[in-house]
Formats: sequence, C-alpha cells, structure tokens
Amino acid sequence: MNNSELQNIIGSWFPNPEANKNSEVTEVPETEEDSEEKVKVQESTNPSLLEFTEEGSQFLNISVKPEHLHQLMSQLKDNNETNFDYLFCLSGVDWGEELGIVYHLESTNHRHIVVVKVKTTDRETPTFDTVYDIWPTAEFHEREVFDFFGIKFNNHPNLKYLFLTEGWEGYPLRKDYVDEINMVIK
Amino acid sequence: MKPETINSNFKSEEYFINMGPQHPATHGVLRLLLTIDGEIIKKVEPDLGYIHRSIEKMCERDSYQQIVHLTDRMDYLSSHINNEAVCLTVENALELEIPERVKVIRTIIGELTRIASHCLWWGVMGMDVGALTTYFYGFRDREMINDIFEETCGARLTMNYNIPGGLMYNIHPNFVKRTKDFIAHFKTKIPEYDRLLTGNVIFQKRMKGVGILTKEDAIAFGASGPVARGSGYSCDVRKHHPYSAIDKVTFKEALKTEGDSLARYEVRIQEMWESLSIIEQLIDNIPEGEYKVATNAVIKLPKGEFYQKVETARGELGVYVISTGTKNPYRLKFRSPGFSNLSLLDNIAVGGKIGDLVASMATLDLVIPDIDR
Repeated sequence: MNNSELQNIIGSWFPNPEANKNSEVTEVPETEEDSEEKVKVQESTNPSLLEFTEEGSQFLNISVKPEHLHQLMSQLKDNNETNFDYLFCLSGVDWGEELGIVYHLESTNHRHIVVVKVKTTDRETPTFDTVYDIWPTAEFHEREVFDFFGIKFNNHPNLKYLFLTEGWEGYPLRKDYVDEINMVIK
Repeated sequence: MKPETINSNFKSEEYFINMGPQHPATHGVLRLLLTIDGEIIKKVEPDLGYIHRSIEKMCERDSYQQIVHLTDRMDYLSSHINNEAVCLTVENALELEIPERVKVIRTIIGELTRIASHCLWWGVMGMDVGALTTYFYGFRDREMINDIFEETCGARLTMNYNIPGGLMYNIHPNFVKRTKDFIAHFKTKIPEYDRLLTGNVIFQKRMKGVGILTKEDAIAFGASGPVARGSGYSCDVRKHHPYSAIDKVTFKEALKTEGDSLARYEVRIQEMWESLSIIEQLIDNIPEGEYKVATNAVIKLPKGEFYQKVETARGELGVYVISTGTKNPYRLKFRSPGFSNLSLLDNIAVGGKIGDLVASMATLDLVIPDIDR
C-alpha cells in the first residue's frame, strides 16, 4: 500500500472533533461560492488527531500524542489492512527541549514501512506506555532507552538497567550530559 | 546415612547459577543469570554492558568518514558489511552516483566476508557440542580468505576498505585469481564439513528438536537473519530491499520451517553455497571504471532522517541517522541483529537442560560487541 492510502486509513481511526465542529457551524451551502468556502474551512483544520508528514524522510511519519500511543499501536498491529507486526527499531531521541521515541514498523505480508514518533516536554519524569504487550521485542529496547535517556514506561515487566551499572548518575545519551573524566570535548 | 537424609537438602529447590562473563561457550563477554532446578532451566536473564563503548555517543561528535571506522568494531566478523551500511546511508542521502565497478567489488567482498563468518561459526559450533576438530578445519579455510583481504584491503579482520563515495584503493591484480582459486578449493570443503559433522549421530541428537522457535515468535521478537529463516520467516534484506549489485545476480533464499537448532544450522550451510554462487556470477565480469567518486572533504548531510538496511552474517543491521545539516549527525542509532536475537533466548531455553542452552546459543550466533555497541 502506498503512503496516501496508509494515511487515509490510519487517520480515520482518530478523527479530530474540531473538524466536525467547524462543519456544523457553517451553513449548508446552496451556491457554488459557498461550497468552496466550506471546503476551504474544513481543509484548514486537520481531519485527524494524528500528524502525517513525508518530508525529510523516506517513509510516512506519524506523530502521535502520548495518551493515544498504546491505542494507535495496537490498532496498527491488529488491523488486517495495515498489519504491522514487525517492530524493527525503537530509538530514543533528545530533541533539545523535548524527549521522544521513534518506532519503525514493518508488515510481514504487505511489506510496507511506517514510522511513529511520540514526544514529551517533561524532562524530569518522562513516561510513556510500553508496547511490550503488543511486540515482545520491545522489552529489551525499552530497557535500553530507560538506561540512556531516563524515560520510564508504564506496565513494563522488568524495567531495570541493562547496560549501565546500578546507581549510575545521569543519563548519558541526553544532550546535557556532562562527564569531565570520560568525555573529551573537541 | 539413609538416602532420604542425604537427598533431602537437594529436593527441587531453585537456585541461581552465573554463567559468567568469562565462559568459553558464551562467545564474548555475556553474563547469563540462570535459575535452574536440578538441570532444567527455569529462567534465563542476560546481563549486558561489559563491552559497551558508547559508540552512538561518539558518533555525535565525529565526521562521517570517522564513523565508518567505528562500525568495524561492532560486529567484527562482518566488518565490511557494517562499513557498507554507513557508506550507503551517506551516499543515498547525498544522492551520489556510484560507479558499477564499486558496487560489484563491494558485493564480492561482502559475500567473502559472509563465508568467512560462517566458517568461524561452524568451527565454534562443533566445539561447543564437543567436536574439537571442527575448530581447526574452520579456521584453516578462513585463513585463505584472510590472505585475500590482506593483499587487497590491508587488514585481515577490520578492513576499513569502504569510504563514502567508493573504495579506498583499487583491488590488487591478484584478487580475481586468488578468489577463483578459493572458490574451487572451498567447493570441496563444504561436503567435507557435512561428512564430518552434520550426519554424526551424536550431533543430530543434540540438535534435533532442541530450542524450537515458532514463526509467530520469531516475528514477535524481531528476529532476523538465519535465526528467523530457520523458522520459516522470509526476511532476507538482499531479496526485499536490494542494495549494491545484489539485484544483478540470482540466488535462492535459504528457508526451513522446523525452527529447531538443526534447521538454523542447515540454513547457514545453505547460505555458504549461495554465497559461492553469487561470487561466481560476478567475479569474471568486474566492470572497468573509477574506484571512487569525489566528495567534499567535509561531508554534510541534508536535513532529514535516513534509514538503511543491510544483511550481515547475523541478520538485519539498520543504520538510522537524524541530521540537522551540520557535519556531525544529530543522532545515530544502530539497530543490531544480535540485540533482538538475544531477547528470544529466554523463550527457547526454558524447559530444556543446560547442554541444550549451549547448543541453542551456538546456533543463534551472537557476537557480543554487536549487542553492546
């Protein structure tokens, strides 16, 4: 399936209540000029709560808010038309002011790939929902993100340090990590 | 003393045993915490980080030519293919046109690396289940490949022959002849390996029906490479997302459906035959031309995100680069095949004995620096 079909299907699972409100407020068009105006007003608000973009990347990118994350992921896997059952990369990213996670998903029968991104501005106690119950491979990947970024996951079966020793202070892969002894600043 | 009083302390109590970081069967510094009851395993928990060298953090301060040198040290048995992954990411992002000669040479050396890695795997596999002779046979054949690499690339193991834009030097004039001699020699060796180990009744009993991995579990745990192909999941990156000169050759993907250790073993032996056939199709027709394309001295990728998949000897390696237009990447992530393959060890080892754990781990073919990065 190509990116626009995927965008239509996935976007329809999370309809934006703002888009429906605007169409109720405008009057029913009777002339052609009115209908063009109504179309313009509807297009300016996003029809879905998710954001889709393809610029700067080879795959379709979906940005989702943290509270819809688990629901979106289980629908991406269970729906027969999308059927994303292979999670092949889970990376944590420090975007500067926000912390986020990027998921790369692939489908084994349709062979299409999609990227899901989620961000939070809370740098003190960032928390997301785990996707371990959907894809068991996420257990080790989420432990690695917890080690290096300090992001906690709700309902994770075994959230403890994987690479670093217990009691390590700081989160090494964040951009504001300082270590005078080991890091050489060029 | 009565037998009951001697045995009463050892009546099915679970206890911890450390299969410690220094152990000949764990192939690297991997620590496994085993919870066992007698000799039956109840739980396996890996403890990693003994060879973590913060490669991803170092890459945020290095230029792209320097990053290529760091990738050899991750999975050192398929180092050329790791280098190729980073070079392909940079070249696709900059949209460079790579000459055909470079693509064909990269594929030939990549397949030679795969054969060398599988030779070492076979030797160590036999040693783990008790057949020590196989170690020497595997290394003897691998020496021929190492000598070919030393003449052309300058090093035996961590080759660093790829740069973004092409190759570092032209191939040595002896390269084609020595590779052809090697192919003729190795074609008589794989049947010898089969006669020595595969049909042996002790080997068959230790591998058949041991460590079964179903196809649904292989997909759910993110397995890739021969581990997933032994369970019937067709995941060869060379077939689904071809790169370099792979789309010019025809080869069969090795697939088995039983999912036990013997199936994974047979997939790798089949892969050695297929690699020989790929090299044979390419070695006589290396196109003439340049061996590299000029790039800037300081490479800056355009703003955006890039992902490149390649097939190493262990499975699918992914390189994920987020770039903001400067000369260093903003974030670089390596999706290593061993990391996901290790997570299914708990699934396949529980319920078996410690000897079965050793046999299953040998067929998973883990290289710990690849997992720890």
